[in-house]
Amino acid sequence: MTSATARRWLGAPRWLLLRRASQFGILALFLAGPVFGLWWVKGNLNFSLTLNTLPLTDPYLMLQSLLAGQAPQRLALVGAALALLLYLLVGGRSFCAWVCPVNLLTDAAHVLRQRLGLKHSARMPSQTRYWMLAMTLLLAAASGDLAWEMVNPVSMAHRGAIFGFGLAWAVLAGVFLFDLLVVQRGWCGHLCPVGAFYSLIGKLALTRVRLPARLACNDCMDCYAVCPEPQVIRPALKAVGGVAPIILAANCSNCGRCIDVCGKNVFAFGIRLNPRPGSPS
Amino acid sequence: MRRASGQGLNADAGRRRFLAESGRIACGVGLFGAALGLYARRAQALPAAAIRPPGAIAEAEFAAACIRCGLCVRDCPYQILHLAKPEEPLATGTPYFVASQAPCEMCEDLPCVKSCPTSALDHQLKDVFKAKMGLAVLVDHETCLNYLGMRCDICYRVCPALDKAIGLDRQQNARTGLHTLFIPVVHSDACTGCGKCEHACPTAVASIKVLPLGLAKGQLASHYRLGWVEKERAGASLVAPDIEHRYQLPEGMGYEAGKGATPKAMQGSKL
Repeated sequence: MTSATARRWLGAPRWLLLRRASQFGILALFLAGPVFGLWWVKGNLNFSLTLNTLPLTDPYLMLQSLLAGQAPQRLALVGAALALLLYLLVGGRSFCAWVCPVNLLTDAAHVLRQRLGLKHSARMPSQTRYWMLAMTLLLAAASGDLAWEMVNPVSMAHRGAIFGFGLAWAVLAGVFLFDLLVVQRGWCGHLCPVGAFYSLIGKLALTRVRLPARLACNDCMDCYAVCPEPQVIRPALKAVGGVAPIILAANCSNCGRCIDVCGKNVFAFGIRLNPRPGSPS
Repeated sequence: MRRASGQGLNADAGRRRFLAESGRIACGVGLFGAALGLYARRAQALPAAAIRPPGAIAEAEFAAACIRCGLCVRDCPYQILHLAKPEEPLATGTPYFVASQAPCEMCEDLPCVKSCPTSALDHQLKDVFKAKMGLAVLVDHETCLNYLGMRCDICYRVCPALDKAIGLDRQQNARTGLHTLFIPVVHSDACTGCGKCEHACPTAVASIKVLPLGLAKGQLASHYRLGWVEKERAGASLVAPDIEHRYQLPEGMGYEAGKGATPKAMQGSKL
């Protein structure tokens, strides 16, 4: 694990550190306005306006609003297109690992779960999230309302941090306890329709984890243990069905934990194109 | 042959498992969705104290168009707007204000409307006096100081649409028999629902309140016609002209408005 230790900054795995910096940094940018009066970024993750010029809209929310029969102003549409483009570049579920505030909560629940040695996890298929996604979209179309936004813990957490939580903390506590006591990686890995939506973007996204040295793998299983979505690794690592050494599975959140943990430097961030280099054949 | 049928069995078992699992998820997610839909529907009834910002479209549409970003909250120079918290009885994350705490100051340049990235606040609204945030209603005649015969007039005087949205109708004060009551009367065509009147009302609990339009405004049936309006518009009565009413009275008696039956000889005299 020498090389893994080399990739530690300030005593923490490098990508984890960068990821936390991104998560807290984005939160801090949004909070700079209400706390210090520095209005660089206004709004919240649903829609934000940066430096009064750059609009960014949650494309999932925009889709629900469109399905509910509403035609938004151009600003919101442009924002949704920009956000879509951004995540097509940096990876769909990069939102989950690098931006979403609920991830901080569920990661904390996971760490606590490990510390307490809680092994039991209720069986829940991880594709439940796609059913949730379909349900929220259907509900928007059927009710003509943004029903999911009534309870969405993702927007509740972010809006709460900026505009005041109210009883949103109870919903977030529920997510935390669900992850801690009921299903391991329950919310982000099984249920969250927001993550499911970004997974779908991830199917086409450019930035992916590549395995330039997959032949160096010594089957230590560290990456499987640390990965929040371990099912995404095997096809690329073991070349199942001749798969190129790129993690193409949609649920990969580009968190970079595998890169940090691997003693053999199997993993690295790269782009999904040009699968030739590093392939075993 | 045997192997083929074995594979078939496996495939069959796999299919059964897949269908059973899908059914399980569909049921769970479906139940959650149904509960969520009902919960969301309940929130479509706007509580009486919550007033939407200027230009807000009809409530049922508003909850679908508003993406809960809070830019209107940020751009309101008087900071009167809040985003609904999950425990509050209106759609989570949507903006509102409470007139009794802080009314809308009716900025001429409508910064809240301009900031809205969706059509939740109608960008066609250019004149704040055309806003319909709600409608003021003099909800309690028993506590309104003007109704009690005093000259409070505060709601009348603080109204930004002075003398247009709230008028003072004169009535005789029956208690004293000498004085005039100046009754505040709200005119819905001019009232923007800003809530200044409610905020300024000096009674311990405001006697005039701004309510969401859906609660406050009545509507005549579409086929109703006001005879006197139609008559004026047409320049003449649209039905057969009125005939003089004939009273069934004893001989020598007549009828005069306000006096009742009187002997004909006395009619026209001053009593």
